[in-house]
Amino acid sequence: MAITVEEVRFGYRGAEVIRGASFAVPEGAITCLLGRNGSGKTTLIRLVNGILRPYAGSIRVDGLEVTTSSRGAVARRIAFVPQEHQGVFPYGVEELVVMGRNPHLGLVARPGRQDIAAARAAMEAVGIAHLAGRDYMEVSGGERQLVLIARALTQETPYLLMDEPTSHLDFTNQHAVLAIVRRIARERGVGVLLAMHDPNLALTFADRVIMLREGQVYQMGPSAEVMTPAHLQALYQMSVDVVDLPDGRRIIVTDAR
Amino acid sequence: MSKARARPARRWRALVLSGLFTVAVVLLSFGMGRYPIAPGEVVRILWQIATLQFDPDTAGEAARVLYYIRLPRILLAALTGVALAGAGTLFQGMFRNPLVSPDVLGVSSGAALGAAIGILLPGGGSIQVWAFCSGVAAVALTYGIARASRGQSVVMLVLAGMVVSAFFGAALSFLKYVADPYEQLPTIVFWLMGGFYRASWQAVGSLLLTVLPWAVLLLLTSWKLNILSLGDEEALSLGVNVRVLRPLLIAAATLMVAGAVSATGTISWVGLVVPHIARMLAGADHDRSMPVAMLFGAGFMLLMDDLARSLTTAEIPVGILTSAIGAPFFGYLLISGRREAWR
Repeated sequence: MAITVEEVRFGYRGAEVIRGASFAVPEGAITCLLGRNGSGKTTLIRLVNGILRPYAGSIRVDGLEVTTSSRGAVARRIAFVPQEHQGVFPYGVEELVVMGRNPHLGLVARPGRQDIAAARAAMEAVGIAHLAGRDYMEVSGGERQLVLIARALTQETPYLLMDEPTSHLDFTNQHAVLAIVRRIARERGVGVLLAMHDPNLALTFADRVIMLREGQVYQMGPSAEVMTPAHLQALYQMSVDVVDLPDGRRIIVTDAR
Repeated sequence: MSKARARPARRWRALVLSGLFTVAVVLLSFGMGRYPIAPGEVVRILWQIATLQFDPDTAGEAARVLYYIRLPRILLAALTGVALAGAGTLFQGMFRNPLVSPDVLGVSSGAALGAAIGILLPGGGSIQVWAFCSGVAAVALTYGIARASRGQSVVMLVLAGMVVSAFFGAALSFLKYVADPYEQLPTIVFWLMGGFYRASWQAVGSLLLTVLPWAVLLLLTSWKLNILSLGDEEALSLGVNVRVLRPLLIAAATLMVAGAVSATGTISWVGLVVPHIARMLAGADHDRSMPVAMLFGAGFMLLMDDLARSLTTAEIPVGILTSAIGAPFFGYLLISGRREAWR
């Protein structure tokens, strides 16, 4: 079972942004989209989520064609974690998390006891159960990201899309949040597709990497194999080295000093 | 942590508070007016009406005043309050903007123009029907412009609403300019100020039809409004078909407000202020604030009308009072820092 993207093309106002991308997102692993600004990472995430419709090609999630399916059917299979939630109304953390139950509820239904239990279990899983009664806008940036992840878990979908989920977070929280995402992928078998700027975080946390260049897949595969100095240099158009540390860890460094 | 414990109780506290307020205002409204009726008498007559023992031919003067004048007027004001506060809550949530009122898509300016046309046309038919149809047409035009622009739909809707309101406002000004200054112009101006003096059982009947079904729809879908208020991308990701649900709810709110405004004239501020009061009482969750807004809106509108007909010997148009009281009250809310219900 997987999300499969085949020969997808899409553009804004005539300019083609995604030019025939094909890849798969397997269950139980983190797949990371890497690429420069404007390479099409966010657009691809929105295409997979069914927010945008491709000109051509197909996007299937466990065999279901995303472009022709109802919003509810897609949202029961794919959950989306935005970069940050621009709130206008100060919903409580639990109120916001329980909204993840929406694809499982009818037009006039509201969350019942089981839905609230699911929301609490999700908050427990990402370690924010103690925030249940707080206002979303009162908690810190790292906690907010965890709230959005908990909401996505409450959707109980086999796949999770994340658009640069750590770009607003400090160094510590970037690692804490991604460690939680990795645990979710391993323990629950959730397939995660994650757009990311920092190649070092991808090297640490991603199982698979898809390198995007000008709307096309430049390289893809297991992260250890794909993230070579040559590929990274071609992707980022700058001099990059991958350094092997004596204890087996690897880091990506640049020429800047 | 006190906040965490307060949440579950808050819903019922807010509903009970606004319910008590509205019931108190209703009871007060029966007795008030040029023909005072004692509370005991009010209860006796209401019991007669409720048990179908009321006979207009044999009833006393007090009973006739209550049945033909006060009761329809109370119902008309309460229904108008429900419509304005419900639509205001919907639009503020849907447009993610606490400054939005039910007029945002042009329904009031549309209804005002329609009323003016109805007043000016010789034998032009019912002013109310003209106002209702024109109000609905204005919102349809707003929606059509926003759709044709293919832009970001929420922002485009609000902008298109401004365009349509301005255009209908200009047309209304033109009609006022050409209207006969002794007969028609005062009628138009007076209509625009709003009031419940036209209350009758017939008006209540038609308003019930245009308000009640849609108010029920807004109450049933009020939890979904939370999801819509997250913005299009998140709402779509959470499985809401925004392109179907949003026009459906806009249509419902438009019919409610057009019905209310065509029966009463322009009444501003209620649809803007009451949703804020409801959120302060019940919290941000629209599932809790929507019923509180409707209940409180009914009482608030009725209280304004009580003041309108009792402050002076002649009746003050209620639209003046809602602005004169609503605007400073809103200012007070802003200053006193009760901003917890929005950011």
